[in-house]
Amino acid sequence: MSGESTELLAMYEQMAVIRRTEKAAYDLFLAGLVKGTTHLASGHEAVAVGASFALRPDDYVFATYRGHHHAIARGATPEACLAELMQKATGLCKGKGGSMHLTWAPGNMLGSYAIVGAHLPIAVGAAWSAHLRGTSQVAVAFFGDGATNIGAFHEALNLASIWKLPVIFVCENNFYMEYTAIGSVTAADHPAADRAPAYRIPAKIIDGNDVIVVRDTVAEAAARARAGEGPTVIEAETYRHYGHSRTDPAKYRPAEEVERWLKHDPIDVARARLEALGVTPETIKSIDERADAIVAAAIDAAKNAPAADVREALTDVWADGGSAWRT
Amino acid sequence: MAETEIITYREAVAEGIAREMRRDPTVVCLGEDIAAAEGVFKTTVGLLKEFGPRRVWDTPISEQAIVGAAMGAAMTGMRPVAEIMFSDFFAVCWDYVANEIPKARYMTGGQVTVPLVLRTANGGGLGFGAQHSQAVENWALTIPGLKIVAPSTPADVIGLMAASIRSDDPVIFCEHKGLFASKGPKPPEGHVVELGKANIVREGSDVTIVALAATVPTALTAAERLAAEGVSAEVIDLRCLIPMDLTTVLTSVGKTSRLITVEENPHQGGWGATLVSVVVDEGFQLLDAPVKRVASENVPLPFADTLEEAVIPTVDKVVAAVKAVVNF
Repeated sequence: MSGESTELLAMYEQMAVIRRTEKAAYDLFLAGLVKGTTHLASGHEAVAVGASFALRPDDYVFATYRGHHHAIARGATPEACLAELMQKATGLCKGKGGSMHLTWAPGNMLGSYAIVGAHLPIAVGAAWSAHLRGTSQVAVAFFGDGATNIGAFHEALNLASIWKLPVIFVCENNFYMEYTAIGSVTAADHPAADRAPAYRIPAKIIDGNDVIVVRDTVAEAAARARAGEGPTVIEAETYRHYGHSRTDPAKYRPAEEVERWLKHDPIDVARARLEALGVTPETIKSIDERADAIVAAAIDAAKNAPAADVREALTDVWADGGSAWRT
Repeated sequence: MAETEIITYREAVAEGIAREMRRDPTVVCLGEDIAAAEGVFKTTVGLLKEFGPRRVWDTPISEQAIVGAAMGAAMTGMRPVAEIMFSDFFAVCWDYVANEIPKARYMTGGQVTVPLVLRTANGGGLGFGAQHSQAVENWALTIPGLKIVAPSTPADVIGLMAASIRSDDPVIFCEHKGLFASKGPKPPEGHVVELGKANIVREGSDVTIVALAATVPTALTAAERLAAEGVSAEVIDLRCLIPMDLTTVLTSVGKTSRLITVEENPHQGGWGATLVSVVVDEGFQLLDAPVKRVASENVPLPFADTLEEAVIPTVDKVVAAVKAVVNF
C-alpha cells in the first residue's frame, strides 16, 4: 500500500472512531447515562482529523464545546472521553470538566472552551509563547461560524496579525450558530474568510468534509506559520449530523439541505478516496470493524468505571493541588 | 552605613517587575502603552530599555486579547505579566478573569496551570469619575481560583510582585492609583513577601483595624488621632484578599476584642463581609462589640472631590467607627 493510502486509512480509522464515539454519546445521553449536555461533532470529523495529521505532536490545539473530535484526534481515548461524559473517575478531567471541557494536555490539546470565541486569544497567546521560546510550534484554534461575530475573534485576528504569530484559525463553518442560520445574522457571506483580509491575514475556504483537503490546507498554513509568515484563516465548510446540542432535532434546517450534506459525509468522501487509491472494500471493512470494537470496548469500560471521586471536588484549584483560600 | 534608598510606589512597580525579569527569562510583559510610553502611570519605566521588545510588548486596546494571550502563554511555559490600564477595564475582559483563567486548572482535572499576573491601576481618590476610579478587588474575590494582591507600600509592591510572578497560580495585582506618588524604603535584592501573610503595621490593644492598599494609610492616620484620644488601635495591612490571612486577624481580635474593616470597595459585596463572616463564626466569643465595616457607599463613584470623599472611606469615618465600637 502506498504511503498516501496508509495515511488516509489511518485518518479514515480515526474518523470512524470519532463517528462511533459520538453516536455512543448520543445513545448514552438518551439512556440517561450521559448527563448535562453534549454538542456532537458527527459530520465534522474531517476537520479535526485532517488538521491533526498536518500538525506536529507538540503543536497546540484549542477547541470549542463541540470538541470531542479534537480530543480524540489529538490522542485522547474514546474511553476517557466517554468516561468524562459519564461523570467517571477515569474521565479525561476526572469528572470536573464534562463534555464541553474535554482536554488532553499530553497531546497539547489544551482545552475545549464553552464561552464562544474565548479561546482564539488564548491560542494567540500559545503561538506568542512558541514564538518567544523559539520552538517553531504552531497553535490552532478551531471555532464555529458563530464565533466570528464575537469581539474576541476580531481582537485575536488583529493581535495575531500585527505580531505575525504562528497561529491557524480554523472555522468549522456548519452554517448554523446554534439554532439560527449564520447568514441571517452576519454581514459577510463567508463569516471567517471574508473578515480575514481586513486584518491582512490570508484566508482559504475549503471543503471541510474532505480530510485530504483539510490536511493539505492546514499543512500549508502550518508551514507558513513555522516560517515566520504569520497567521492563516481557514474556513472549512462542514455540517452537523445532529442538532446543536443534546437531542435538538435541528428542524430549523431545510430537509433538502440536510440531505445534500448527508450525501457529502466526510467518511464517505474518505472511503471514495481510498477506493480510488485501490484500497479494497475488505480492508475498509476491517477498519470499520476495528472502530466498532474500539468504541464498544470504550463504552463498556466507561460504564464499568468508578464514579467521580468526591474527594476531587476540592482539589486542583491551585497549582499545589489544593483549594485553600485562607491562611 | 549607606542610607536606605527611598523610592516611590510607582517606581517600585517597575523595579519589582524588572527584578523578576532579570532572574527568570520566561517573564514577559504586555499591555497598552507599557513599552515605548512606559505606562500611563509610569509604572513600567525602563523595562523596554533594559529588556527589549521581545520581552516588553505594546498591545492594541484589546483587553480580551491581552488577557487571553497572557493565559495562552502562561499555559505553555511563559510567566506573562499583563497590564490592564485601569481596573475598571476588567469588565471588558471579564470572561477571561471569571471563566477562563481561574477555572482552567480545575476544569481540566489539573492538566494545565496558568502562572500569570494581571496588574492593574485600581482605586479612587484622583477624581477620575465612575469608570476610572473603582476599587474592584472585591469583583475578583467572588471567583475561586484567583489570588488577589493589593500592596500599600513600595517595599510590599516589590516583595509581593516577586511572590506573584513566581506563583504558579494566577494573580490579580492591584496597584492603587492614590498611592503611586507615595514613598518608602527600597527593599534589598531578593525581597519576597509571601502571599497570604498580613502585616501588623501598628500594634494596639483596644481595636483591630483591618485595611488594604490605600485604606492602610487612612487607617494609620486614624490610629494616630485615636491614640491622642487614648484609644490604642492595632492596624493590620491585609496585603492579599486571597489567600486571606484570617489567622492574623483572629489572633489580633483575640487581643483587642473589637474589629473594624476599612474597604474602598462598595459596602455591598465588599471583602470585609467575607472577612467578618469568618470572624463572627470562628471568633464570636472574642468580640466585645459589634463589628463595623467602613466601606464605600453603595453608589457609583462621583467625580467631584467633595462627592468622592463623601463616598469613600476617610480618616473621619474610621475614627467615628472606632469610637462607636470602643464606646459600645
